[in-house]
Amino acid sequence: MKELMLGNKAFARGLYEAGCSFVSSYPGTPSTEVTEEAVKYDEIYCEWAPNEKVAMEAAFGASLAGVRSYCGMKHVGLNVAADPLYTMSYTGVNGGIVICVADDAGMHSSQNEQDSRHHAIASKVPMLEPSDSGETLSFVKLAYDLSEEYDTPVIVKMCTRVAHSQSVVETSDRAQIARKPYEKNIPKNVMMPGNAIKRHPFVEERTAKLRDLAETASFNRVEMRDASASGKHVGIITCSTTYQYVREAFGNNVSVLKLGMVNPLPVNLIKDFAAKVDTLIVAEELDPIIENHCRALGLDVIGKDVLPICGEFSQNLLKKYLSPIVTGEEYSEDVTAVNDQIPMRPPVMCAGCPHRGLFYTLSKNKCTVLGDIGCYTLGAVAPLAAMDMTLCMGASVSAIHGFNKAGGGENEGKTVAVIGDSTFMHSGMTGLANIAYNQSDSTVIILDNSITGMTGHQQNPTTGLNIKGDPAGKIDLEALCRSMGFERVRVVDPYDLKACDEAVKEELAVKAPSVIISRRPCALLKNVKHNPPLRVNRDKCVGCKSCMKIGCPAISMKDGKAHIDNTLCVGCGICEQLCPVGAFESCQKED
Amino acid sequence: MSTKNVMIVGVGGQGSLLASKLLGRLLLDEGYDVKVSEVHGMSQRGGSVVTYVRYGEHVYSPVIDKGEADVIVSFELLEAARWLPFLKKDGQIVTNIQQIDPMPVITGAMEYPTELVDKMKATGAKVDALDCLALAEEAGSAKAVNIVLMGRLSHYFDMPEEAWMKAMEAIVPAKFLEMNKKAFELGKNA
Repeated sequence: MKELMLGNKAFARGLYEAGCSFVSSYPGTPSTEVTEEAVKYDEIYCEWAPNEKVAMEAAFGASLAGVRSYCGMKHVGLNVAADPLYTMSYTGVNGGIVICVADDAGMHSSQNEQDSRHHAIASKVPMLEPSDSGETLSFVKLAYDLSEEYDTPVIVKMCTRVAHSQSVVETSDRAQIARKPYEKNIPKNVMMPGNAIKRHPFVEERTAKLRDLAETASFNRVEMRDASASGKHVGIITCSTTYQYVREAFGNNVSVLKLGMVNPLPVNLIKDFAAKVDTLIVAEELDPIIENHCRALGLDVIGKDVLPICGEFSQNLLKKYLSPIVTGEEYSEDVTAVNDQIPMRPPVMCAGCPHRGLFYTLSKNKCTVLGDIGCYTLGAVAPLAAMDMTLCMGASVSAIHGFNKAGGGENEGKTVAVIGDSTFMHSGMTGLANIAYNQSDSTVIILDNSITGMTGHQQNPTTGLNIKGDPAGKIDLEALCRSMGFERVRVVDPYDLKACDEAVKEELAVKAPSVIISRRPCALLKNVKHNPPLRVNRDKCVGCKSCMKIGCPAISMKDGKAHIDNTLCVGCGICEQLCPVGAFESCQKED
Repeated sequence: MSTKNVMIVGVGGQGSLLASKLLGRLLLDEGYDVKVSEVHGMSQRGGSVVTYVRYGEHVYSPVIDKGEADVIVSFELLEAARWLPFLKKDGQIVTNIQQIDPMPVITGAMEYPTELVDKMKATGAKVDALDCLALAEEAGSAKAVNIVLMGRLSHYFDMPEEAWMKAMEAIVPAKFLEMNKKAFELGKNA
């Protein structure tokens, strides 16, 4: 059947059709929907793991037990899971293992723009790279076959534009894959030096065999230009969504070598293609990986000397940089615009966001705030601007310890770490163990909004629900922190500014490590009951703008007085607590 | 035929995903190759969002670039102006006149530009501006702004109304179907 399908949904369909029966992932844009779609198939067991390393090891265990397994993550997630990956390359698989890594060129929702192909090369694991939804579905199925035939995990690399674009796919039935028996095999699966030494040559031989496959397999294909085309014969080697931009920009005027497998890369296929064209270009987003491979083969190639390393490509970008080479003509954009400066519309904390009250408190107390990854990174945005550092998952809790040890009392008295509940489960706990063990007087604030917010509401080990929303184990944050040795653990409601202020002041003043749990569910959760919206009594409002300090999207100034957009306001009451003249009043929600 | 480009722009949380789903379904049913590119993640938190819909015999790129859009459908006035550089010469804008203040306007750092419809028209763009929120409320729900806009968009598509209705029946939950059909008609006849 023909269907219009999101790339990530097509990935999940591929898992289904390939007979995958175990999925363990950690959410991360743009990879999340693969797992969210996979869970809709009853035949596949799915779970959210606390982090990517755990997810990959769980998938490895499932493979060991003999089933086809999957784990998915964003590019930075693969850094977390790199440890198992590099040695799973040695052990290989029992049931096939497919790993999704989704890169985010353009940084739509990420803290860096790393190119995951480096991980495939360094771990010596094959990597396939589809260019649309249809190819995603077929590559996932191919990946399982390769995984079992060549005894290796296989990475299928997505990017934002493939993951989050819908295109047409052809679906088919699920393959019936019997579970393979588990057989104890110490030399293959116990990676201590004596065994691993023997597995390394296997990995090298496997890579050589896969390279041979890459020379002839249909996932790498040559498309020669129209016979009628005149002028210099330009050939472009490309992969992923960039293939689509090449075809969009230059149609059939160029020949194309489209690489579906980006590790290992073929040698003779590339040399033969190069020999048939007058000018050879490599068009790839981010790092010059195919380009460097070509240069190592001694080929004269145009690549990052012309095309940018930073950011996403598009058809116009390719026209801008490559038209002079392909057609001999300069490309110029012809655009219209209004003369007014258009105000930016950056993402903001939602109206009623529980993080707002806490960040207002930190801003007011002029705290140094070591931040983490999640919606609350938006605490860095004006007018709150209450953040000094954001690095990676869990870094707030680890870094505050170093910051305070190095700076002593001067830092300890005004510095806090802030981390969300899901991020704390992901990799905040180990940092907290370091504070408990090596004793810095650090204050860690866990922003417990009862959900994984930024990636679109996934359950986690603190929510008490599993990926299907059914009851599951629930980790008690207070008990966890106390069991690590924290004597000062307290819970505040971030809608209560006075309580937040007291908690922050007291815990910063005390000479002991402490944890504040700022607890209130995400305002966007469907089961959260809100108060009626507030309205401004214009007779009372003096236009002092005290309520404007919190950066609430529901509040603006109209004719010198505060105004509340009652379609956005959820009656959280933070603004009301800041008003010196009591100008905010409750109103019943209009239907 | 050459590939046609429709952009749907607005503010995160306004319901543009349903509009692109409807459009994708309609175009696929009509036998076109279709690509729809969406935005997920951080931008959804009240930021400026854009969806690209491309259709034709064979669509390659999933994105629309500057100067390429045949139609821009906008859920919010400022967003129409923001994305105007993506419109083709003589392209069509269909926009809701609703204004949602972005943070620099809320904090007082900038003003919301005035007379945007006239200013967009002055660039040569064809602009069809309507109060979708009022029409949606008339249809029965403020959330139907997306379908009001789709009704208006149907003017610029050479496709029978039955095809739109068929796509709507496939996408919209049954209990909201009548309300959405009314929203579609109100948008179409506005």
